[in-house]
Amino acid sequence: MLAIGIIGGGLAVVTLRNVIHSAVAMMVCFGSLAGMYALLGAPIIAAAQVLIYLGAISVLILFAIMLTQAGDASFPAPFHRQAPIAVLISMVVIGLVSWAAVSTDWGAAPAVIVVAVNSIGELLFTTYALPFELIGFLLLAAIIGAIFLARRPEEDERAN
Amino acid sequence: MPSLEAYLIVSVILFGIGAFGFMARRNAILMLISIELMLNSVNLSLVAFNAYLPAAQNAGAVFALMVMAIAAAEATVGLALVIAIIRTRQTPEVDEYDDLKE
Repeated sequence: MLAIGIIGGGLAVVTLRNVIHSAVAMMVCFGSLAGMYALLGAPIIAAAQVLIYLGAISVLILFAIMLTQAGDASFPAPFHRQAPIAVLISMVVIGLVSWAAVSTDWGAAPAVIVVAVNSIGELLFTTYALPFELIGFLLLAAIIGAIFLARRPEEDERAN
Repeated sequence: MPSLEAYLIVSVILFGIGAFGFMARRNAILMLISIELMLNSVNLSLVAFNAYLPAAQNAGAVFALMVMAIAAAEATVGLALVIAIIRTRQTPEVDEYDDLKE
């Protein structure tokens, strides 16, 4: 059921002509993914998925679409000429990786291991403290970079 | 109770869809959305490995959180770039960006 939501949503994202519809299908896909994380015994990841993807990134993308739409309701052809080659390459990737996933003996546990939230907090501040701090720095750099890139050039001249 | 392989196959199908969207769509914002789909599929496989392999010891969940943070940073900068390009070229279609060809 959730897998249908994920795969159907993903297919709708790449095939719909209207970009707004694609963004809504993306939100369906991300919501189903959050449900799947909850099924996999990781409620903290599900909560983070809802907050970051459904809450932040989807709204960001919708804003970007609304800022850039031309206004007329004409939708140009959505695909490049090389779309058939892209289908072929994606199919080959899916087939090869699924074959590898099925044929490997993972030694998997029979039941889902539930993630304890306090252990994630401990790991973030002990074993993974350096990557955690680096991500904080990266986010700061991304904020500054985004402000710099999205600024209009004429405001720059006015400031000088 | 689905097995680990079922989750991995859903994940790789989503990755393939994202890769197809990145290669085939002409709209720059749709290409960014396709990148998000691919990052999410990798997240799904990380969480699935974490849920089924005892040796993972929650590293998969921590990595998934980090991938989410980096995806947020990537989406911010990517959308700012796309908006800047669209402002100068007046179109979101990537095959119209051919200044270097002339």
